[in-house]
Amino acid sequence: MTDETTTDAPAPEETVERDERREMLLARFTDALGDGVVQSEIQPGLDLWIRVSTDAWLTAAEVARHRLGARYFGFLSVLDWLPSPFGRSMDSEVDRRLATAAGEPPATPDATIEQGVAGGETRMQAFARVARVGEPGDYWGVTLKADIPDDTAEIASWVSVYAGADWHEREAWEMFGVNFVGHPGLRHMYLPGAFEGHPMRKDFPLLARQVKPWPGIVDVEPMPVGDEPAADSPADAAGDETGDDAAGASEAEASS
Amino acid sequence: MTAITDRQKLQYIAAKAADARVNVELETEGMILNIGPQHPATHGTLRIVAKLDGEQVIMAEPMAGYMHRGYEKLTEVRTYAQVTTLVNRIDWLGSFANEVPFILAAEQLMGVEAPPRATWIRTLLFEMSRLANIILFLGDMGVQLGAITPVFFAFRDREYVLDQIERVTGGRFHPNFDRIGGLKDDLPKGWLTDTKGVMDKVRTFCDEIEDLLLGSEVFQQRTRGIGVIPADVATQYGLSGANARASGIDWDLRRDNCIGLSYPQLDWKVWTHPDGDSFARFWVRLQEVREATKMIDQLCDGVPSGPIMAKVPRIIKVPAGEAYISTENPLGEMGYYIVSKGDLTPFRVKIRSASFNNVSITPWLLRGVYVPDIITILASLYFILGDIDR
Repeated sequence: MTDETTTDAPAPEETVERDERREMLLARFTDALGDGVVQSEIQPGLDLWIRVSTDAWLTAAEVARHRLGARYFGFLSVLDWLPSPFGRSMDSEVDRRLATAAGEPPATPDATIEQGVAGGETRMQAFARVARVGEPGDYWGVTLKADIPDDTAEIASWVSVYAGADWHEREAWEMFGVNFVGHPGLRHMYLPGAFEGHPMRKDFPLLARQVKPWPGIVDVEPMPVGDEPAADSPADAAGDETGDDAAGASEAEASS
Repeated sequence: MTAITDRQKLQYIAAKAADARVNVELETEGMILNIGPQHPATHGTLRIVAKLDGEQVIMAEPMAGYMHRGYEKLTEVRTYAQVTTLVNRIDWLGSFANEVPFILAAEQLMGVEAPPRATWIRTLLFEMSRLANIILFLGDMGVQLGAITPVFFAFRDREYVLDQIERVTGGRFHPNFDRIGGLKDDLPKGWLTDTKGVMDKVRTFCDEIEDLLLGSEVFQQRTRGIGVIPADVATQYGLSGANARASGIDWDLRRDNCIGLSYPQLDWKVWTHPDGDSFARFWVRLQEVREATKMIDQLCDGVPSGPIMAKVPRIIKVPAGEAYISTENPLGEMGYYIVSKGDLTPFRVKIRSASFNNVSITPWLLRGVYVPDIITILASLYFILGDIDR
């Protein structure tokens, strides 16, 4: 287990307190699951992620509900970490210019799979959110994750612990093609019965964009390319290469 | 693990109760009743297939998906600014409330904080969309029971609220007003005074509804003890909002986990009801409307001055990371789990909508009830189809 809590963030007193709460929560999970906890991350004052091993997925739900009192089921879904081979399906000239202005390199299909918070080893990951509710002043939520093996695409079902997982797993099953072992009846939730493929997988093309190119963002003028960024560019901007500062933006807002 | 028996026990009790209610001795030939997808009592295209024994439901299965629009897939090819247009159409009666958690999650990833005035007006509009949403429910519940008058009152008074929303945002139903870092525009002149006038009208409406419906003996007999959801079942199905509070769960995200909105600065109360039946769900929502009018009065009085936009780059690229933010929407907990890879578009957005969980309890809840009660129970659970079929 690697705890990736950052220490460089100068946290106000309140945040530290919340953070301690999450660390305690994580400790209780680790206590109950042992080796089941593979990796975790705490963002101080914001959230807690715990990645458990595939085998410990169901046990994690039992621990959360029965031992830690997270009786509330938020949601359950699947993440597909494969970078989309179709890019953003933005084919129009406007979009391309906009992307260039934002300093984005031309789209190159890169199939390197890179998992997000709390890491991972497989293409697909199951993730779910449970919370403790009903006790005023003692609310917390946690995001649980688990790898889904690439060869079998199977993971244990949560229905026996959280009855509400039923519909969520049916949706994830048809959208991602992941089999939930132990689910009482995996039937189609949204799609018609004869539908082929799993639409939410990244390698499933968004057909609307393939048939007809996206007309693009017509009402937003693309930024002039090659402009020097203003000296007083805000430090918290998303990227240094965005080429414009907020003052310009708010002026434009005001004049419109 | 011994604790699993908890659920098995519950299942056992529920099954026993259903068996007891379906009269086994007088067993008749079963019949399948198909309600919907086009039916005036189903609020959109929710189809329910119910297996009946006489007048009682043995098994009911809701079929969703007649209006699925694939928003989770579409967000992957749209910029953050374009996504707000989409999410407006999830719960279309309280549209502004859908935008807020998405924007808050994106702001959290970017490390941007909206200025106090923007936060305040966001809270104000958030409560206005709650009114627009729940007022219609209060009237609609009467229609499901055969009372036609309340719904006309509801449509009349909701119009005042929608007019106020339109004056700020330009849209009655789809404001598309929230921006990363603040709001699109400021409040128009004289709006706050007029809004307080509207709140008086809404309070009068609440009293009218209380007289017309809540006190009516017919209404009470059709709703009391019908569709009872125990607290433990409610939480494991993920019921949220007024549905959970009507089962006695003292939980409101506005109080317990308020991120980026001004609720802690207001004086208000979370209403709960211990019964968990259709009546309780109606009652809690009625109190919630009254509470919202009080909140809006306070919000109108104390709007802070200052800018309405924080400094954000013109082209928004959200740094890589993951964030989940949920808010207490009119229908319950609405949340967005955003995965960003530092691109112009989100890598993945999981939309946690309230109605999806709220309706997933219906196969459990409808077992053993009488046919006319299907409609009251569904109406009291209060879902918006766009919120199920994202």
